[in-house]
Amino acid sequence: MNDSLAAAWRLLPNYLAQHVLLSLCALVLGFAISLPLAVAASRSAAVRWPSLFIASLIQTIPSLALLALFYPLLLALSSVSLAWFGKGFTALGFAPSLMALTLYSMLPILRNGVTGILGVDPAAVEAARGMGMTDRQRLTWVELPLAAPVIMAGVRTAAVWTIGAATLSTPVGQTSLGNYIFSGLQTENWVYVLFGCAASAVLALAADQLLGLIESGLAHRRSWRVWAGAIGLIAGAAAALSPLVFAAPAAGDYRIGAKNFSEQYILAELMAQRLRAAGAGVTLKEDLGSATAYRALAAGEIDAYVDYSGTLWANVLGRKDNPGRAAVLKALTTGLKRRDGVVVLGPVGFENAYALAMRADRAKDLRIAGIDDLARRAPTLALGSDLEFLSRPEWAALRGAYGLSFRKLTSYQPTFMYRALAGGEADVISAFSSDGRIAADHLVVLADPLHALPPYDAVILISPKRAGDARLRAALAPLIGRISVGAMREANYSLDRDSDKQTAAQAARALAKSAGLAAP
Amino acid sequence: MIRLENVSKTYGATTAVGPFSLSIGQGEFVALLGGSGCGKTTTLKMINGLSPPSSGVVAVEGMEGLAPHLRRRRIGYVFQEVGLFPHMTIAENIAVGPRLAGWDKVRTASRGAELLDLVSLPAEVGARLPAALSGGQRQRVGVARALAAEPKIMLMDEPFGALDPVTREALGRDYHALHERLGLTTVMVTHDVMEALLLADRIVIMDAGHIVADAAPAVLLADYPDPAVRALMETPRRQASRVEALARGGRHE
Repeated sequence: MNDSLAAAWRLLPNYLAQHVLLSLCALVLGFAISLPLAVAASRSAAVRWPSLFIASLIQTIPSLALLALFYPLLLALSSVSLAWFGKGFTALGFAPSLMALTLYSMLPILRNGVTGILGVDPAAVEAARGMGMTDRQRLTWVELPLAAPVIMAGVRTAAVWTIGAATLSTPVGQTSLGNYIFSGLQTENWVYVLFGCAASAVLALAADQLLGLIESGLAHRRSWRVWAGAIGLIAGAAAALSPLVFAAPAAGDYRIGAKNFSEQYILAELMAQRLRAAGAGVTLKEDLGSATAYRALAAGEIDAYVDYSGTLWANVLGRKDNPGRAAVLKALTTGLKRRDGVVVLGPVGFENAYALAMRADRAKDLRIAGIDDLARRAPTLALGSDLEFLSRPEWAALRGAYGLSFRKLTSYQPTFMYRALAGGEADVISAFSSDGRIAADHLVVLADPLHALPPYDAVILISPKRAGDARLRAALAPLIGRISVGAMREANYSLDRDSDKQTAAQAARALAKSAGLAAP
Repeated sequence: MIRLENVSKTYGATTAVGPFSLSIGQGEFVALLGGSGCGKTTTLKMINGLSPPSSGVVAVEGMEGLAPHLRRRRIGYVFQEVGLFPHMTIAENIAVGPRLAGWDKVRTASRGAELLDLVSLPAEVGARLPAALSGGQRQRVGVARALAAEPKIMLMDEPFGALDPVTREALGRDYHALHERLGLTTVMVTHDVMEALLLADRIVIMDAGHIVADAAPAVLLADYPDPAVRALMETPRRQASRVEALARGGRHE
């Protein structure tokens, strides 16, 4: 508990700085776009209705989906720019988050801007015109000053929304206060989840209060309030951003990726620790989506991460057959190299296969040992899966091979999926074979006699950009073939268990020790 | 000074005002008199270009070929609802015209003090916001603001309409004195016959977008041929004689 809290505090300067930078840029950009648009909209109904309609429409898109949608869009743009100008750009992290949040911040500023300008006393507007002001003078001398309090109220709303929604930029690879929430949710570290929520709430409230001071200063024409609010905002932003200036990641840093579950955090830490021990700088990019991670690697936005042979086999190479563990590895090594220039450094030794698992007592009662037995009882049973399993080719393959048809299919965050199995809401779950909870929760993994599921060797992948990087290869090569499924399960469980949780860094050090890996 | 030739204002297919012609000489104090919707405010806005005529010609002496907004900077305008800018102090409100005309700060500031004095307001009013002033004070500031850039022409749209009778009378008399002293040409819109009679030296009566009478107050009060005009002039005359009778110790009839 106290360890978690201390670890959370240590991460705060970087997370907060990234969060503030992202929110601030999105707000400034949103304001810079929305205000001229609001002025145009207040002048012409032909601009007003379409712009307000589109801004409202954007607001109805769930913010997580909006953030996720910008990644493939930017990736496509980047490849177009690469083809035309010979130079691509990063489609991960800051850029997609900034764009999505900018769009998200626009509606309140735009709507309040239009309301504010149209709400200016018509007598004042007529006087401005009658005295011979130009359109621009009328706007800057009369309309904007009078609409300012209403516009500021819109900025306040936008600030609170943006700071809240910025926590959702973690899955597209942008570090934010959301890192606490997403990794905490994965590892059931509720201290992290609460810490992330509290930090973003405090940040939102502070920004809201300072903007509120400016708003009331404008409304009551008290310039000291405007100044106090502005100075407070600038000082707060500068303090929050200072870690970025003093601890800017060196350009030569290795960027190690991780998907969004415990094993990935531990392996990424393990790789990072080895690189640091070799004197290299490392930045971790955690909580990437499964498909996002591979594309980010192929595009050179991360340098290395661990993926699983079966996943790559089905999702990247689009293969549905299963020629066996060794053949899959061999075909992947040549296939990925040819397709994207990605280097398969080698398997780390254990498999983390998709498997169907049940509680041991329940499987015994129902006399189920393999998936073929399960198929006969499936119409009366409920399947719990993680969030992506049901849309993956592995599920299609399983269903096709065994003719599975369940009474009910429900998707959960992995953590809650195990809870559902224990509580009886689910009879069968899509488990991972290296999950420490299989042994701890007394689960059995069902046999797959038809070999419908491909093998899932954990493999280290290196980006095309770093293919010839000797230091990276030397630091990571000793991991090949060294980590057993037992050691990995134990490491995973040290994060996933309910009490005496360890951090990913602690688990990685323990894993290195048990695998007999000497520091390089 | 001001010449409107065959001007008319049409909205779609309907002609709201005109066509009519009107010529106003330098130094005249003209009242445009009529009920609401008769076209008197539209006529005022045609003169300063806020609402250009659909057909016809408006010519203001010395302002030929000026863009409408530049013409407006050289014509004082007192608005029906005053329209002081609520976020500016009184001094800042008065300074708007000189700022638009490009005056320097020193000249603008001394002009502000001079104008407050001219409209009989204490100098300390300059630092206040419009919301802190009474209705009569605001109207005085409205007049001061219109006069700030030293226009030769003043257009006034029911300038004293919303005031109590005492203030209204005082303001009207004060303005008339200013008109004489500064040698202004004034066109004032009003629906109050008494006000028009007492202030203007020429009254233009409008009805349904047309001019029905154009004469000096004394001519209108004498036996004017048009029955509508006679009826209009009858009211103040009758009121005056009743007030006189009351003052002599009579009773209400």
